[in-house]
Amino acid sequence: MANPSGILSPPRHDALSKAVGAERFAADLAPEGCLHAGAFRPGALLGIAHGRVRGVDAAAALAVPGVLRVLTAADVPGTNLQGIIHKDQPVLCGEVIRHAGDPVALVLATSAEALRAGLAALRADIEPLPGVFDPEAALKKDAPLVHQGRKGGNLLLGAVIEKGDARTALRSAPRVVRGEFSTPVQEHAFLETQCGVAQLLPDGTLDMTVSTQAPFRDRFEIGQALGLDPLRIRVRAPHLGGGFGGKDGATVQCLLGLAALNASGRPVRMAWDREESILAGYKRHAVRLRCALGADADGTLLAFTCRAFYDTGPYAHLGGEVMELGLEHAAGPYRIPHTRIEGRCVYTNNPIAGAFRGFGVAQVSPAFEGLLDELAEQLGLDPLELRRRNALTRGDVNCAGVRLDSSVHLVECLDTLAAHPLWLGREAWQAEAPACTRRGVGLAAVFNGMGYGRGLPDMAIAKVELTEAGDFLVYSGVADMGQGNSSAFALLAAQELNQPPGAVRLLQPDTALCHPSGSSSAGRTTYTFGNALLKACAAMRDKLLARAAMPLLRDTLEGLELVAGAVRHAATGKTLPLAVLARYLSRDDRICVADFLMPVAQDPPDTGRAFPIGFPHLFFAYAAHLARIEVDELTGRVRVCDYLAITDGGRVLDRSCFDQQAQGGVAQGIGFALIEDFQLRQGLIRSRDLSTYLIPTALDVPDTLSLAVEGDEDTGPRGLKGVGEVGLNGPAPAMAAALHRATGVRLRHLPFTPERVLAALKQRKTPSRRRA
Amino acid sequence: MMLSFTLNGQGVRLDTALDKRVVDLLRELQALDVKEGCGTGECGACSVLLDGVHRLSCLMLAAQLQGRELTTAAGLGSASAPHPIQRAFAEHGAVQCGFCSPGMTIAASALLAQNPDPTRDEVRRALSGNLCRCTGYVKIVDAVRAAAKELGDAPSDAPSAAPDDETAGARGKP
Repeated sequence: MANPSGILSPPRHDALSKAVGAERFAADLAPEGCLHAGAFRPGALLGIAHGRVRGVDAAAALAVPGVLRVLTAADVPGTNLQGIIHKDQPVLCGEVIRHAGDPVALVLATSAEALRAGLAALRADIEPLPGVFDPEAALKKDAPLVHQGRKGGNLLLGAVIEKGDARTALRSAPRVVRGEFSTPVQEHAFLETQCGVAQLLPDGTLDMTVSTQAPFRDRFEIGQALGLDPLRIRVRAPHLGGGFGGKDGATVQCLLGLAALNASGRPVRMAWDREESILAGYKRHAVRLRCALGADADGTLLAFTCRAFYDTGPYAHLGGEVMELGLEHAAGPYRIPHTRIEGRCVYTNNPIAGAFRGFGVAQVSPAFEGLLDELAEQLGLDPLELRRRNALTRGDVNCAGVRLDSSVHLVECLDTLAAHPLWLGREAWQAEAPACTRRGVGLAAVFNGMGYGRGLPDMAIAKVELTEAGDFLVYSGVADMGQGNSSAFALLAAQELNQPPGAVRLLQPDTALCHPSGSSSAGRTTYTFGNALLKACAAMRDKLLARAAMPLLRDTLEGLELVAGAVRHAATGKTLPLAVLARYLSRDDRICVADFLMPVAQDPPDTGRAFPIGFPHLFFAYAAHLARIEVDELTGRVRVCDYLAITDGGRVLDRSCFDQQAQGGVAQGIGFALIEDFQLRQGLIRSRDLSTYLIPTALDVPDTLSLAVEGDEDTGPRGLKGVGEVGLNGPAPAMAAALHRATGVRLRHLPFTPERVLAALKQRKTPSRRRA
Repeated sequence: MMLSFTLNGQGVRLDTALDKRVVDLLRELQALDVKEGCGTGECGACSVLLDGVHRLSCLMLAAQLQGRELTTAAGLGSASAPHPIQRAFAEHGAVQCGFCSPGMTIAASALLAQNPDPTRDEVRRALSGNLCRCTGYVKIVDAVRAAAKELGDAPSDAPSAAPDDETAGARGKP
């Protein structure tokens, strides 16, 4: 049953402090007397994306008043290699730059002005090397190598996910549709750029506060790169000013740590400006896919094949893992008996690609949904009916071969869409297009896996403390990048402890005080940490009742209950305030810790062997999306008039946060589909700031209507599933379908800019006001 | 050079370079509610009110503050005494990561001073210079409309006159 939005949930506990500007982000930290550190990235200045570093001339920079140090690769202790799984990215490049944003020096200065002047005075001698900028070209025999001498050349990872015999099934399928699709680089464009502060303390601890999605893992990445004991690294992660995947993995961390090691104990600040953020930050992988879908004449899907090329840029980062998700989702949320999905993740000299909401999946959804639409057209079937007929349900085996022993409510999402006025009224609405305007309505069915997947245990450890004041403090192990997980944690804890919301406070991740609970990613935080937190709170409740027995003079625990601010004996009505109870207990005894491990698929399919970690997934969020668009025949401009997102994210804990995820994901997806046009020439970024890399404004996106299809995920905290990513996967295919309806042309290469739409209109030359 | 201006109702007098960007000056003065998202006037995170008019502090120099009255988000209200716009942002889910929120509420207050009962389209036009990457803007528009209603329902002894806004034409009066 779809549940409409519009109900006012209690406000997120972090909302008011943020609304009045009182929340302190990492960007707001600049300790008294701090130094300023900045990276020198000469490739962009010299127009070189691949080059040999012949030398760095620091003399003029060191002569700038206020410039203290200029560090190069020779100054980096440790391996000088960062990376999440594969360590292949130098902190400072000593021999080769592999993309235009690679840093070759780090400047420390006493002020931001001196830092700017110092960076401007640095000179580097870089000898251009032949570069490679297309993943398929990079796989050719004579292609320049991004990593000289690397076994495997430019191929980071090749993989196959297979079920049945897709090639044979496709050959004998009565209907086959094929196509090549591509999706571009996408910039995260979080409002708070990558930043942090660090200080080497007298006891040898490297103390950092960073805008990061993975504070616990950061310690190991920094430790290895800089040769430090992770135990001597403390990372704090305050609320992030946006993340979306782009702050998963070290951004400023290793450079900042290196700066702090050379700052004589003074604090150091590093904050990338917007241009540096775009130049050096991680991006969504550009992907090219060639796919084929075979079906019976009645629309029963039979086989799907696909070859995908993921451009990971010069460093692995999470390239293999992003591609894994993409391949696992490439055939869509459908029952297809035979699939063969091949992928290659390839090094190039383009910007570094990494995690981005919709992690590999946003890149494949335009392909599987595009082919499904084409099949519906060929068979003369309603596109919604075709999806409904083939949609996965609980107990089905999905396209990666996994039996779905988890909640699956895609059919209910599609049924809700089918009954919605925006769908029912589509023909009349399309027919009423104003002059010089075409109208189209399109839909998409999408999904997104939750959690790390099999082989990479998805674990969280929650800690809750009864304070001396008698309220509760939750020690969060996962960062809040804005999605509101910390508010969800406060809510879950308050419910479980039967306390008013104000009685639970939350500490943002601090590796010295909280427990490692993985990254803020993969739609996992509320599910995994939430489950651990419920266990910790249940243990706390049981403990407090037991500890209250003595002061309350009860011989048994029977009849004791936790009520707001107190333990009460129900029969006598006698209460013991928690602030009093706290005085009976040592600090250790006032703390409860519990962990939770996300279940994985039992009997995993014998495929995807190139993915020892992270394949396959068991839990998925599903969604059905609808877009109503107008196309200006004279300019090719697309206006999104209405958007409907119907999401199966399990049981909804906080309706406002749920809708935020749907509406925000859709807006980023509309940007991806229509607006965001990342311009690259020979590895050099041409859309270098927010005046050339445009993201949606309030005028570019509609009032997205978010509906929830609620069904319990039995393993989830209060029945919920992670819902952060699926919303981004729908807009691109929904736009493509609506554009086809409006123009008669199938656009397969994102983004659908006015130029491309206009070219399509000219190519088609169909009369306006066409009626279906 | 000595510079005097009013910041959130408090007189400020200090010796500063007059070509310092206002966003830098404010943040040095610990007005950390003023955020910087791009430094080139594209994102609106550094929005302030200068004599009641919406301005981008990353595109202004200190000299332009001489004798003027500057309001930042912290000058609109605080967590213990929030402005109706700020409270509406919190209550209507208009805040996610929150980095755009101070600037967004400033833009909203400039709009409501000019146009106390804006349509959703008018709200969208007025906020189109302020980027938000999290929300998709729906709940931000909800919040501004709710705040307009609350402010409209309030007794009308509050000063309603806003100074002439040079940019009002571009922001679409009804």
